[in-house]
Amino acid sequence: MIRSRKAWVWLGVALIAATLLLLPFALSQAGTAWVRIANIALLYVLLALGLNIVVGFAGLLDLGYIAFYAVGAYAYALLASPHFGLHLPFWAILPIGAVVAAAFGVMLGAPTLKLRGDYLAIVTLGFGEIVRIFLNNLSQPVNITRGPQGIAGIDPARIGGFDFSRTDTLLGAVVSGPMKYYYLLLALLLAIVIVNVRLQNSRIGRAWEAIREDEVAARSMGIDTTLMKLLAFAMGASFGGVAGGMFAAIQGFISPESFVLVESVMVVSMVVLGGMGNIAGVILGAVLLAFVPEILRWTVEPAQRALFGRMLVEPEVIRMLIFGLALVLVMLFRPAGLLPSAVRKRELEAERPT
Amino acid sequence: MSAPLLEAKQIGKRFGGVQALSGVSFSIGRGEIYGLIGPNGAGKTTLFNVLTGIYSPQGGTFALAGRNITGLKPDRIAAAGIARTFQNIRLFANLSVLENVMIGRHLRTRTGVVGAILRTRRVLEEERAIEKRALELLDFVGIRRRANDAAGSLPYGDQRRLEIARALATEPKLLALDEPAAGMNASETLALRRLLDSIRGGGTTILLIEHDMRLVMNVCDRVLVLDYGERIAEGPPAEVQRDPRVVEAYLGAPHAA
Repeated sequence: MIRSRKAWVWLGVALIAATLLLLPFALSQAGTAWVRIANIALLYVLLALGLNIVVGFAGLLDLGYIAFYAVGAYAYALLASPHFGLHLPFWAILPIGAVVAAAFGVMLGAPTLKLRGDYLAIVTLGFGEIVRIFLNNLSQPVNITRGPQGIAGIDPARIGGFDFSRTDTLLGAVVSGPMKYYYLLLALLLAIVIVNVRLQNSRIGRAWEAIREDEVAARSMGIDTTLMKLLAFAMGASFGGVAGGMFAAIQGFISPESFVLVESVMVVSMVVLGGMGNIAGVILGAVLLAFVPEILRWTVEPAQRALFGRMLVEPEVIRMLIFGLALVLVMLFRPAGLLPSAVRKRELEAERPT
Repeated sequence: MSAPLLEAKQIGKRFGGVQALSGVSFSIGRGEIYGLIGPNGAGKTTLFNVLTGIYSPQGGTFALAGRNITGLKPDRIAAAGIARTFQNIRLFANLSVLENVMIGRHLRTRTGVVGAILRTRRVLEEERAIEKRALELLDFVGIRRRANDAAGSLPYGDQRRLEIARALATEPKLLALDEPAAGMNASETLALRRLLDSIRGGGTTILLIEHDMRLVMNVCDRVLVLDYGERIAEGPPAEVQRDPRVVEAYLGAPHAA
């Protein structure tokens, strides 16, 4: 019985792996744009998994998470673009971006150690805006970020002679740039999922859980809460930094506009909708929130033209309407998220008045 | 008597205009069960919170096994060897019973981020050892069969036991218990008494705040009596019980006129 269940699990894993590996070929039939959308979705998954460490594991609500994405993206852009004439190799910049973002994570964490809940949320929200405003204004007196103009001509990801942005024929199949990035992102995702799972089920993960549950008790049990919170901020931020670096490499152009508050809200929504603290849930939430709006964008307009003969409501408006409605419904019927973690479920059940 | 395990000198703590503790001195010998009693508001829990680093004292010093640990943060004090329970139970209520005790092992284990990610053989061995020790402790306090339940779902008495197991997981030299018998019935209290005796039997010294006088009188070697933040008596329970100042603190002064 158990053996056959294990076999089913493996079969499931194999099916998911095969689907993920073949997906870009299927998507590219519908147009390369869909492969790009898949890539953006993967970037969001990376971001959501990073934020999950801070919010889901350690219980620190961070509404400015996109700042670390921005830091990673700008770190990449400054080190690999004509702006400063620097062209460091891809394999070197991505870790640099992670480390710089982690440093920013500690910068945000250190002054907010004593804050919790709403208060922490407000400060982190401010932090996110500060970073964006800095990026917008650091063009004078020394031009570092080129301000609102953004940085263009960013080097694509290149490892040795292998260029991820060019179309190649590999093993007899034509593989476009976005498809190559897809596989690169998938590999990164796999690595980050493994890191997440292993951290969660470790001494470190337990310390984070303890802090989330009761900080005073955690401290009295000998957990250095200061260190552990900074660690959560740094780890979460470094994932954001890696995702940002990938974003810069894929887009080739970045500007502060990509790192607005709504993006932070989006990533938090993914974590909450999917199921805070549960890795599979967070992935599901990120994929849904990244994909569904795109699907709507591509279906709402033709549907309206077919029904009414003209466009009545902008797809963007409908997208936001449905998006909002979906969030409200999930909060009403599955308050712990679509795939809740066991702990979060208990917590919400205990809080519900009887 | 050999050198005391805990030596507190002239501990003082003030909250605004209230002098919660004034010049309290005492020492606890190794292997003792030392009681801390007094009427409500006498400063017992304040003293507890000073000794475990939640508050820093305005005056005085205290040392554990000869090492001055006055004013350290709670986690450093736990590392030095004082573990505590809370008057109003503070378990990690949504985590499992086993996880609660495993968290208590944090202090005596080493795995860091890199180790956790690479999951080396040493890390896996440590993880197994943590779980094994946690299960032993649950066995010791008698709630092993609840290991996989949520801590918050346990009955009250078992939650108190779990808090003790979690505190013991930090390998304390001094176990500080804040009203462990509160809310327990007679048979639970009796079981608690046996548990305290076997903890002491294992070489751990115990500091006990308790309102259940029968428990205090039966289990403690010596007791310290506080009233209005001052030490009014100390000694074996039988002596302290007869001390006129203690009787006065608990029952009020006899009518003078």
